Amino acid sequence: MHKYALLILLFSSITSISQNCDNTLSGRVTDLHDGSLLIGATLVVAGTDQAVQTDFDGKFVLSNLCNNTYSIQVSHPHCLTKGFSLKISGNTAKSFKLEHHLEELNQVTIEGKAYSNKSKTILENTISKEELERFSSGSLGDALNSLSGVSSLNTGNTVIKPLINGLHSSRVVIINNGVRMQDQEWGAEHAPNVDINSVGNLTLIKGAGALQYSGDAIGGVIVAESSKVPVKDSLYGKTLLTAASNGRGASLTSQLTKSYQNGWHATLQGTLKRFGDFEAPHYVLSNTGIFERNASFNVGLNRFDYSIEAYYSLFKNEIGILRASHLGGAQDQIRAINSDRPLIINDFTYQINEPRQDVTHHLARIKGFKRFDSFGKVSLQYDFQRNNRLEFDIRRGADSDKASLDLQLDTHTLLLDLDSHLTDAISLKTGIMGRYQNNFADPNTGVRRLIPDYDKYDLGIYALADYRLNDQWLLEAGGRFDYTYMDVFKFYRTSFWESRNYDQLFPEIVVEELDNQVLTNPKLNFYNGSGTFGAAYSFGEDYKLFFNYSIASRAPNPSELFSEGLHHSASRIELGDLRFNSEIGHKVSLTFQRDNDIFSFSVNPYINTISNFIVIEPTEIQQTVRGNFQVWEYRQTNAQLLGVDVDASYAFAKNFRLNNQFSLVKGYDRNRYEPLTSMPPVNTKNEIVYQNSEFNNIRLSLQSEYNFRQNEFPDNNFEVFIPETQTMEVVDLSTPPDAYHLFNFNSSIDFKATKTATLTVGFGITNVMNTSYRNYLNRLRYYADDLGRNFLFNLKINY
Amino acid sequence: MQTIWAETFYLILKSIINFLKSETMRNLKFFATAIFATVLFVSCSNDDDNTPEPVNEEEVITTLTVTLTPNSGGMPVTLQTRDLDGDGPNPPVITSGNLTAGVMYNGTLVLLNETVNPPENITEEVEEEDEDHQFFYTIGGGLDVTTEYDNFDGEGNPLGTEFTLTAGTVSSGTLTFTLRHLPTKPNTGLGDAGGETDIAATFNVMVQ
Repeated sequence: MHKYALLILLFSSITSISQNCDNTLSGRVTDLHDGSLLIGATLVVAGTDQAVQTDFDGKFVLSNLCNNTYSIQVSHPHCLTKGFSLKISGNTAKSFKLEHHLEELNQVTIEGKAYSNKSKTILENTISKEELERFSSGSLGDALNSLSGVSSLNTGNTVIKPLINGLHSSRVVIINNGVRMQDQEWGAEHAPNVDINSVGNLTLIKGAGALQYSGDAIGGVIVAESSKVPVKDSLYGKTLLTAASNGRGASLTSQLTKSYQNGWHATLQGTLKRFGDFEAPHYVLSNTGIFERNASFNVGLNRFDYSIEAYYSLFKNEIGILRASHLGGAQDQIRAINSDRPLIINDFTYQINEPRQDVTHHLARIKGFKRFDSFGKVSLQYDFQRNNRLEFDIRRGADSDKASLDLQLDTHTLLLDLDSHLTDAISLKTGIMGRYQNNFADPNTGVRRLIPDYDKYDLGIYALADYRLNDQWLLEAGGRFDYTYMDVFKFYRTSFWESRNYDQLFPEIVVEELDNQVLTNPKLNFYNGSGTFGAAYSFGEDYKLFFNYSIASRAPNPSELFSEGLHHSASRIELGDLRFNSEIGHKVSLTFQRDNDIFSFSVNPYINTISNFIVIEPTEIQQTVRGNFQVWEYRQTNAQLLGVDVDASYAFAKNFRLNNQFSLVKGYDRNRYEPLTSMPPVNTKNEIVYQNSEFNNIRLSLQSEYNFRQNEFPDNNFEVFIPETQTMEVVDLSTPPDAYHLFNFNSSIDFKATKTATLTVGFGITNVMNTSYRNYLNRLRYYADDLGRNFLFNLKINY
Repeated sequence: MQTIWAETFYLILKSIINFLKSETMRNLKFFATAIFATVLFVSCSNDDDNTPEPVNEEEVITTLTVTLTPNSGGMPVTLQTRDLDGDGPNPPVITSGNLTAGVMYNGTLVLLNETVNPPENITEEVEEEDEDHQFFYTIGGGLDVTTEYDNFDGEGNPLGTEFTLTAGTVSSGTLTFTLRHLPTKPNTGLGDAGGETDIAATFNVMVQ
C-alpha cells in the first residue's frame, strides 16, 4: 500500500512538471562497425528507474517519458558503455550505435571508426560486408561497379577491371590487406587478383590523396581490408553459397575465426568458384567459363600497445576468353564486327579452352606495430608477392598446349610507418617504403617476350599531416617522393630498333646484336613527387564540404615503355616508347555531402588535368604475310578529365528507401582537341528498397540501370582491302553501341537457425528483361552481346 | 560436427601460438631483425649479370612461295611474299610473275619461317594438321584463271597446299592466297569458312 502511494506520488510529481508524460522512445541498438544488431543491450534512463533490454532484433521501447531532455546510458557486455543526451518531444525514434570489441576501441577512438579514414579531405566510398556478400559469385570489379564514379573496363564478363573517374590499370592502385597489389596491373585485360570473399570492407578513394599507399594513383586507390577480429573469446564464421543460372555455376566461400580475450586470433578462409560458358540473351558465349580457387590464412596477436600478424593468401584463377574474339588480321576483324552474332557459337560446356588465362597470385605478409608513449605508433611490414600469369592462345602444331605468355613477377616490399599525434589537434603520418621487383618472362613460350625481363627498385618517403582547427574545420596536407630505378634486358627487332632511330639515339645500351634482334640493357630512372592539400568543413547538423587538391606522378609501366609486337587478343600491333617520362596528374575535387538518416546525398564534381598522359592510338596499317594489322602506338599528350558523381538516398516512407546514383565524366586530349577513348558513358542507377527489420529483416530491391550512349569518341576506324569483293571496307572500331536499360531484382530474408546461427536466404535476378545490349567499355563488344538474364540464389549461414 | 571442427582448429592454433609466443614479447629484437632483413635484401638483389636468352618466334610465317609449274613443261612461275621481320615494321617483299594464256599449271604452296636458322618448313605442320587448315584462292579484278584443289584432308575436304591453275584468256587482276586456321569444313568458300587468317597474300598477275 505504501508502495503504491509512493508511486502515485512520484507519477503525479512528474506530471506536474510537464503535461505530457506518455511518450515512448523506441529504436534499436546496433554495432557501429558493421551495423549488426546488438541483442541484450541495456538502456538506463538516468534520473528514473527505467531500464530495458534490447530484444532479439536489437530493438527496445522506453515508455512514460515526458517532453524533456534525458540522459540515457547504453551498455552491452561486449561494448563500451556510452552515454547519450536526448531531447524527447512526442513519441521519438532513435537508434544507438555502440562500439563493439572493447579492447580494440582504444585504438579506434582517435578515428571514430573501426576502419580508419584513408584520406580526410576526399569523400571515401565504402562497400560494407553485407553489400559485398551480394557479389560473392562475382568479382572485385563487379562490387566496385556499384559505386558512383566507378565503372569497369571488361574483357568479356569475367575480366572486370575497375575504372575510377575514367582512369584504369596502372592509374588505379589496389591495396589488399595493406599490400599494394603487384599483379601485372598495367594490362587492360588483367583483372585484379583479389578474392572478393576475403574482403570485409572495401574503400574507394577517388584521387591520389592517400599518400601513405602510393604517389602514383592518378585515378584513385581501392583499399580492401579483411574484417576486424574482436578481442574476446569467440569462435565464429560464415559460409556462403551462391548458385547462378547464367553460367550454370556456383561459388562457395567459407570463413572461420577463432579469437581470444588475450588478443590472439586466427582466421581461415577459402573460396571455390566454378562457372561454365555464360550466355547472352540469344546465344552461348562460348569459352567464357571461369574456375577460381582461393585460400587465405591469418594469425596474429592484437594488443593495445603492440601487435603482430602474419597473413598468407593464394589466388588462382582460370578464365576462358570468348572464342570468337580470337582473330587473325584486319579481314577477320571486319567479318567479326559486321556479323551481329559471334562467329563461333558452340554448345554449353564447363571446359575452358584456348584462348584462356591462368593466373596464380601468392601474397605473404608480416606486420606489426608498437605504440610508444613518447612519439606514437611505429608499424613495420614486410610483404612478398609472386604473380604468375599464363596466357594461352590458339596455336599450331607442337606449340598448341604451350602458353604464349608466361610471366613471373616477384615483389618484396618493406614499409616502415609512424603515426603520431603532435598535439591533440595535429596528427602526423610518415613513412618510408623500399621495394624490389623482378619480372621474368619465360623464353620457352616460343613467342617473343611481351614484357621484358627486368629488375625494378623503388624507394618512397612520405609525410601526411592533418590539423583539426575546430569542430568545423579540418585541414590536411602531405607530400611524397618516389624514386624508381629499372634495369631491363630487352630484345628489339632490328627493323624496329632502326625504324625508331634508336640505333642513333641509344647505341650505348646495345649489349649484343643477333641475326634479326638486338639485345639492349636500358637503365631507367624516374623521380616522382606527389602531394595533397585539402580541407573538410562541417556545418549545420548533417552537412559537410570537402575540398582536395592532389598532384600525382606515375612512372610509365613496362608495357608503355617496351611493347613491340602483335597483341593477339586485341588483334593489333602495339608499340611502346623507351623515351617516355612520368605522367603528372593534378586533381581538384569538391564534395558537398549531407549525411542524414532520412535524406542524404553527396555531389562530387572534379577536374583532373594530366600532363604527359600516355594514350595508345592507331597510327597506320601494317602489312604482314598474315594480312593487314592496325598499328597502335603509345604517345604522351596533355589530357583533361572532368566529371561529377552524385549519390542520393531518401527514406520516403517507413521501411522504404529510394537510392540514386549518377556519374558523368568527359575526357579530352588537349593537344589534339579530341575526346579520349574508352571514357565511361553517362550512367544512372535508381533503386527502390524495402527493408523490414521487424519481419526477419526482409529486404527487397528493384534497380534500374541506365547507360547512355557515349557520344564523344575519337575516330579510330581504318580501311582494309577485301580480296573477295575487290573493295576497301571500313573496320569500325570506334562507333559506341546504343544506350541500354537494365533491371535487377534482389531479395533476402534472415532466419534464426539456432541460438547462435543465422541463416540468410537470398534470391536475385539480373537483367530481368533479358535485354540484348553491348557495353562500350567491354573490349569484346565488337564480337558478342553482353550477359542475358541471370537467376541467383544464395544461402548464407553465420555461426 | 561443429565442435570437432572447432577443437581441431583450436589445437592447430594453440601450437602456432606457442611457437610464436616465445618471440613476440621481444619487440626490439623484432625491429632489429627487420632492419637486418632490409639490408640483406638490398645487398642480395644485385647479383645478375647473365643476360636472358633470345626468343625466336616459332609460329611466324615469313615466307609464302607459290610455284606454278606448266603442265606442258617449261619454266615454272614463282609468286612470293617474304617478310623477314614478321610483325615488325618492314613490309613484305612481293615478287610476282606472269602466266601464259591457255596453260594449265600444277601449283604448290610452301610456307617458311625464316627468322630461325635453318628456316623451318611450316607447310609440313599445316599438312599434318590438315583438318584444321585450308587454303583459299581468290581471283579478282577481271583475271581470267580458274583453280582446283589437288590435295585433301583425312575427311576428304580440301586442304589446298597443292592445286591446279588454268590460265584463260589474256587479262590482268589479282590472285589472293588465304590460309585459314580452324575453318568450318566443309564450306563453300571464304564467306562461310570462318576460322582465323594465318596468311593473306595478294599478287598482281597478268595472263599474256
